[in-house]
Amino acid sequence: MSHAADTTLVERPGLANPFQPAMARIVRIFKMVPDNFLFTLRFLDDGLARRFRHRPGQFVMLSVPGSGESPISISSSPTRPEVLELCVRRVGRVTNALYRLQTNDLVGVRGPYGNGFPVEQIRGHDLVLVAGGLGMAPLRSLVWYVLDKRDEFDAVTLLYGAKTPADMLFRDELVSLTDRHDITCLLTVDADPTGRWSGYTGVLPMLFNVTAIDPVRTFAAVCGPPVVYKYVLQRLLELGFTKDRILMSLERRMKCGVGKCGHCSVGYKYTCIHGPIFTYWDAINLPEMI
Amino acid sequence: MKTLRLPKPRLDFFASVLHKFGEVHAPVEHDGHYVFRRLARWSDARLTYTRTMLPPKKYVLPPRETLFRYRPDSGYVPPSKDPDTRIVLFGVHACDIFALNILDEVFAGPYPDPYYQARRGRLAIIGIDCTPDEHCFCRSMRADFVDHGFDLFFYDIGEYYLVLVGTALGDDMVIATGPLFEEVTQSDIDEYKRRSALKRVAFTLDVEIRDLPEIFELEYESEIWEDLGDQCISCGRCSLVCPTCYCYDVTDEIDIAGGSSTRTRAWDSCLFATHALVAGGENFRSARADRIKFRFYHKQRGFVAEYGRPSCVGCGRCSTACPVGIDIVQIIQRLRGVSDVARC
Repeated sequence: MSHAADTTLVERPGLANPFQPAMARIVRIFKMVPDNFLFTLRFLDDGLARRFRHRPGQFVMLSVPGSGESPISISSSPTRPEVLELCVRRVGRVTNALYRLQTNDLVGVRGPYGNGFPVEQIRGHDLVLVAGGLGMAPLRSLVWYVLDKRDEFDAVTLLYGAKTPADMLFRDELVSLTDRHDITCLLTVDADPTGRWSGYTGVLPMLFNVTAIDPVRTFAAVCGPPVVYKYVLQRLLELGFTKDRILMSLERRMKCGVGKCGHCSVGYKYTCIHGPIFTYWDAINLPEMI
Repeated sequence: MKTLRLPKPRLDFFASVLHKFGEVHAPVEHDGHYVFRRLARWSDARLTYTRTMLPPKKYVLPPRETLFRYRPDSGYVPPSKDPDTRIVLFGVHACDIFALNILDEVFAGPYPDPYYQARRGRLAIIGIDCTPDEHCFCRSMRADFVDHGFDLFFYDIGEYYLVLVGTALGDDMVIATGPLFEEVTQSDIDEYKRRSALKRVAFTLDVEIRDLPEIFELEYESEIWEDLGDQCISCGRCSLVCPTCYCYDVTDEIDIAGGSSTRTRAWDSCLFATHALVAGGENFRSARADRIKFRFYHKQRGFVAEYGRPSCVGCGRCSTACPVGIDIVQIIQRLRGVSDVARC
């Protein structure tokens, strides 16, 4: 069930040159986790800021002038338009340069790219989101999309694990979700050096033991480091999920984002246009995917 | 398709008016190789060449090109348009035209590449038929004939060229030369067919591409790839000379003037160790064996899934350019379990 990008939800910036970034202002830098800040951007062009729509799970190409361009998944939901929130890990040349910028500085943005999550297919079903560590960044868009269109989905469960409470992305926001009755939000940490953590302690797959998921009527959206895929995918299969209902978000080197430069290819697909959301069925059929 | 004939002695005159349609480029001899280059004089053209060092892709996807200049006050702005230099590329073989048709597809799609499109729109193609040498396997790759992608195509039929007129521009070239071209006669057609049959049996290489994607899947774990990984030196020559390798890298360089920078793209190769390296150090193809496997897999299997045919056109450039003698035809034969390269 590889789904091509459905553009009905997406309004692309009307640029004749798909490689040309539009300038956006950094309106907020939230120091969420060391080396994982949340950057809130707004396009200088007001019309573009209002028009820009993406699908949960899509990404943008982010330019830091003079340093280069990197693919960054969009952490904000299209149901909350006008600004883009990007959770960026400080890890390479471009992101290091981004961390040297300040509020009000300019960056370039083009996109949105990629297929995003197949929300039309998930609609009317249960959804379980499973994130480990930094894997919350691309899933957070889907969390808020589903909560803002709550009637369209049945039971929604979020399982998220991080090493310690200090490593948890969007921690305060997610902790506040644990009080809501329209989502089952279970958070766990491998260890709690603070002694003040009120959520679960233990590895992520453990959360499957404390929640009931009906694999027949549920889609799973999974994102995390390789170790998460290893244990979570196995667990989902044991529960009885079919492989094309398990959705995964992948990252690869990208230089163009639009299926030309060749870098993000896995097997015979390009992560940028056929992904970054792939089903587990895609993953086991494409060499090198996980 | 409109078909005419041109008596061979009139070719020089025909060529002499081509400059009206742009700079005339053709294969010339250079340093022991053939290269596509602007002609200083028509007599430099070598129309019976084997293969050029670099394919025509350099005209549509230059080895380096500037995408944008960035200035803090204006953002990312493409370089001012090149002067409208039109190029007439004379003497392109069918395999290379086939490859351009493939690139055309890649650089179109939902996100058309405006840089490619602009250069392609200024490039006129005059094809010419050829005689296969010991490295050619375009017939196996179904790229030994093209039915589009050229403005004119010249077939040598002895006293004449049989000329296919592929586009309105090609027709203008014919018309611009007045009564140079003549109607085709039945004996010209017979001669064309005779030579076509001769060309068919002139190939010494033959590979079977039916079910090749399946073979690649089945042999994904073959030790062949480890052997090739030991042999390959990751120099990337095969990618550079390949008429359908289009991977490129993009880099930003800071200009001396404060705050401005330039974004450039340049040819890249999936054989290079950094091709699949992401920030943070994860490399999805750090082993050389994985990279060379990927290259052949993408050409012969991956492209089939995406575009319905392999992107290899059988031009033989990678086999002739490889400094350690890696030969795609031999690899396919080994994967198929055929011990010797088939001679037909």
